[in-house]
Amino acid sequence: MNEIEKKADIIIIGGGVNGCSLAYQLAKKGKKVVLCERNYICSGATGRCGAGIRQQWSTRENTELSIKSIKIFEKLEKELGQDIGLRQGGYLIIVHNNKDMIQAETNVKMQKELGLDVSILTPNEILDVVSILDIEGMKAIGATFCPTDGHVDPFKTTHAYAKAAERQGAKLYKFTNVTDIKTKNKRIDCVVTNRGKIKTNIVINAAGAWSKQIAEKLNIKLPNKPFRKEILVTERVKPVFKAMVISFKDGIYFSQQDEGQILGGIPIPNEISGYLTNPTFDFLNHMSKTLTRYSPKLKYVNVIRQWTGYYDVTPDARPILGEVDEIKGFIQCNGFSGHGFMLSPMVTKILTDYITDGKSSDILEKLLIKRFKDKEITHETSVVG
Amino acid sequence: MSDKVFICRCEDLTQEEIEQAIDEGFTTLEELKCRLRLGMGPCQGRSCLSLARRILCKKTNKSTEEIKLPPSRPPEVPVSLGTLASD
Repeated sequence: MNEIEKKADIIIIGGGVNGCSLAYQLAKKGKKVVLCERNYICSGATGRCGAGIRQQWSTRENTELSIKSIKIFEKLEKELGQDIGLRQGGYLIIVHNNKDMIQAETNVKMQKELGLDVSILTPNEILDVVSILDIEGMKAIGATFCPTDGHVDPFKTTHAYAKAAERQGAKLYKFTNVTDIKTKNKRIDCVVTNRGKIKTNIVINAAGAWSKQIAEKLNIKLPNKPFRKEILVTERVKPVFKAMVISFKDGIYFSQQDEGQILGGIPIPNEISGYLTNPTFDFLNHMSKTLTRYSPKLKYVNVIRQWTGYYDVTPDARPILGEVDEIKGFIQCNGFSGHGFMLSPMVTKILTDYITDGKSSDILEKLLIKRFKDKEITHETSVVG
Repeated sequence: MSDKVFICRCEDLTQEEIEQAIDEGFTTLEELKCRLRLGMGPCQGRSCLSLARRILCKKTNKSTEEIKLPPSRPPEVPVSLGTLASD
């Protein structure tokens, strides 16, 4: 391997969508950026995710972040000069009982206040959106639907960011492991890798499920826990629906890609935290049972592959962003709890503004790690997978 | 007759496309998989992965042992959702 840089303005740890987007935006602002990825670009959660982008949430911050993120996704192909596989077929969120309908109505009211095009559907209207669903099988009493939610290709997007970042002068080092981070007077001083030492005053921790281990090198304790998540994909069949179907109660999500394959996931019963990588039969069985209950017509469709990836889960299922109080220049971009891909455009913009102009924002203030010291935290309840 | 050499038949990938991706810097089979969907079709890379490995060996001057195959993903053969859903 070639020699690596000896000095950088900013070192990003992690070559997922957030790391690569940060590399691009910071380099574009004239910063000397180095990104270190232990494996290859997209090898972690980004390249394993369900690829959905949605704006329907229970917390204001996530709704705002995602509305703005989708606006950025809509223009990203033009900005990066490469196809990112954007398709806006909507998200259909199934509601199963009256109690959940009350929550759905509260969510929709808040989402509409923020300008989102979202509505509550009757069972018949559900079938207008996705005709292959079975209302009785799903035990559905209604749904919420936002037509501008959808899907973006994580590989294409991240590779496009990476390429654009390199065009702006950023150095992206794959197969480069950060072994230590050193400080001087409570300020970041340098990053040690298996390929050499790099001087810097700013480190961004965008290492997904391994962010906790990166922070530990500086004696910062993140509350994040890794959860193995499983997902499957079927053979290609004739495209019959465009929306992502999800249920917070059953935890299922599934969609059909343009090429025809159906892709989806669900948490296995008795899920435990830890760095587990093996795919399970429990998942295949539970997912197939639930999916064929939602759409019995899919019984004869073949599953061709299952795989796993991590959610980097925080106690309130919301990301941890911004600088920590203890060490100057140590910036968090992790804890996405399964939503790192869809929130990435806005999250990385907020962090770029903070790093380059020292500009903070309401959202950034609310997502700092110190919120966990407060007694009451607002939990994001709209979570699947 | 076309002189294109198809390496991955499920995803319609030619030797030329694979060589191009290697030139772009995708120098492991896993990276080629992410970039091109190599081996991600219904056959799960049964013939294309070892062919692509040979191209990689040639282009990067590495031995077969140095080019790791991507982890294999279950199920071994396609299985219907209906079968998988049974008790």
